Amino acid sequence: MIVIGELINGMYKDVGKAIVNKEIDVIQHLAVDQVNAGSSVLDVNTGPYSKNPKDDMKWLIESIQKVTDVPLALDSTKPDVIEEGLKIVKKRAIINSTSADNEKMEKIFTLAKSYNAQVIGLTMNRSGVPNSREMRLELAAAIVAKAVEFGLNPDDLFIDPIVLPVNVAQPQAIEVLESIREFRLLSDPAPNTVVGLSNVSQGTKFRSLVNRTFLTMAVANGLTAAILDPLDKELIDAMVTAELILNKNIYCDSFLDAYRKR
Amino acid sequence: MPIELVKERYNGSINVVEIGSSKTAVKIGGETTLPFLFEEGQMPNAPLVALEIQDCEPVEWPDALKSALGDSMKDPVEWAKRCVSEFGAKVLCLKLQSIHPDSEKRPANKAVDMVQKIYASSGVPMVVVGSGDDEVDSDVLPKVSQALKGENILLGIATQTNYKTLTATCLADGHSIIAESPIDVNIAKQLNILIGDMGFDAKRIVMHPTTTSLGYGMEYVYSIMERARLAAFMGDKMLSMPFVLFVGSEVWKVKEAKDFGAAQGINWEVTTAVSLLQAGGDLLVMRHPDAAKTINRYIDIMMGRSAA
Repeated sequence: MIVIGELINGMYKDVGKAIVNKEIDVIQHLAVDQVNAGSSVLDVNTGPYSKNPKDDMKWLIESIQKVTDVPLALDSTKPDVIEEGLKIVKKRAIINSTSADNEKMEKIFTLAKSYNAQVIGLTMNRSGVPNSREMRLELAAAIVAKAVEFGLNPDDLFIDPIVLPVNVAQPQAIEVLESIREFRLLSDPAPNTVVGLSNVSQGTKFRSLVNRTFLTMAVANGLTAAILDPLDKELIDAMVTAELILNKNIYCDSFLDAYRKR
Repeated sequence: MPIELVKERYNGSINVVEIGSSKTAVKIGGETTLPFLFEEGQMPNAPLVALEIQDCEPVEWPDALKSALGDSMKDPVEWAKRCVSEFGAKVLCLKLQSIHPDSEKRPANKAVDMVQKIYASSGVPMVVVGSGDDEVDSDVLPKVSQALKGENILLGIATQTNYKTLTATCLADGHSIIAESPIDVNIAKQLNILIGDMGFDAKRIVMHPTTTSLGYGMEYVYSIMERARLAAFMGDKMLSMPFVLFVGSEVWKVKEAKDFGAAQGINWEVTTAVSLLQAGGDLLVMRHPDAAKTINRYIDIMMGRSAA
């Protein structure tokens, strides 16, 4: 499963402060630590309080690329900020994200085509967040169809079924899990699936436990990527173990360490 | 109706291991697909046959081998030279049988001397394996390693319960290592990790999944090798090592090879070797020169270097 490290986000106090004061070592430590913990992609988000998101995105990417060359997920609601990042990334980027609204998709898929980027597509639109697997599937199909129209490959898409906190939207968890399975039937090659994992435990107790249990269940339903905190060792251990049970990697006694060494 | 072949494209590849240090050095590994499936990938280095020699006369070897090798078996230096000049060996595998407690119990310094003489006179890259007795091997192999420092030998054999001494010595003297597992892909992977944890470059490991003869469980070895290879092509770096198989020593133990005449013995060795090549064998250590010749021809044909 593709691990997308979520920690370089301006909404976290330390990162927000680092962006303002240009504390490059804070950002670089976060980048290296997340990669060493098993991230194959790093999410980069300037945060909601950034006064100059375009400059901040540029600075974050430049700082990160000095210490690691893993691909980056450019996380912003503004296409011009994303484009600023696309201009300077060294590896193929993932655009995080577009909704299922036509106008937004058109802007984002145009960028994706010009810059050869992959795209995370959220199964939500102006009407809001879906409340059933059927709605999610409908929006997912729309995203895949639009992407193909723009000349993108379905397997360069990561469809996000919108994970909601289990304390306030408890019936949705199972809808999300079923959606993950169903999205894979939308095309051949199938689109990737992704979740913003931490959302499931937003506001709950025992957040780590909730996160890793949900992730294990999602992996069992065929999830191919997740945006999460890779420094949560038990979370990564659970993911590696889930994949072992699904026969994705050959067992050896050091299977947990082996994942970190690969 | 034309049939569209379903072709796999893998992301992973097998590591390349070089043996030897001069212009006679050889390479194994590097495959990007299953054996000989050139529609799907490449085999930049063809599988190799090494001829097995021992550092003392192997009096218990069967008649078929004795008549093929004759008096040269009495003098390891001559035997090595004959393998290269007459039998065309590009790699030799030297077994230190003389140091085994059940053998002549040659003292370490004399054993090392013999290795150096053989290496100097043969002029080809060498694989050196211990006697199989852990205690005496732990004493002698480091000395051999040191004496051949810088020559990039392939040294064996490390097992899960006894790998530290050999790994440390290969690391110190710049040799590659044979990592052996008992027909168990999980242990094979674990041993590669353990060796790597000692600071040894995993790309210099050659795996021995254990060898068994035709009729004695060869299929199990085949299935382990296949599983490991597929995992390697799916990106498992801890199983991306080339394979060595000791075909000669396993085959010539069994009655079907020993007791029914040379032709059957040779066929037994050839059939075992062919099967293990199809499983992904990169370096086959063989005994009978005629069997080795046939396998070399087989490899040439399969690699498209000559017509069938």
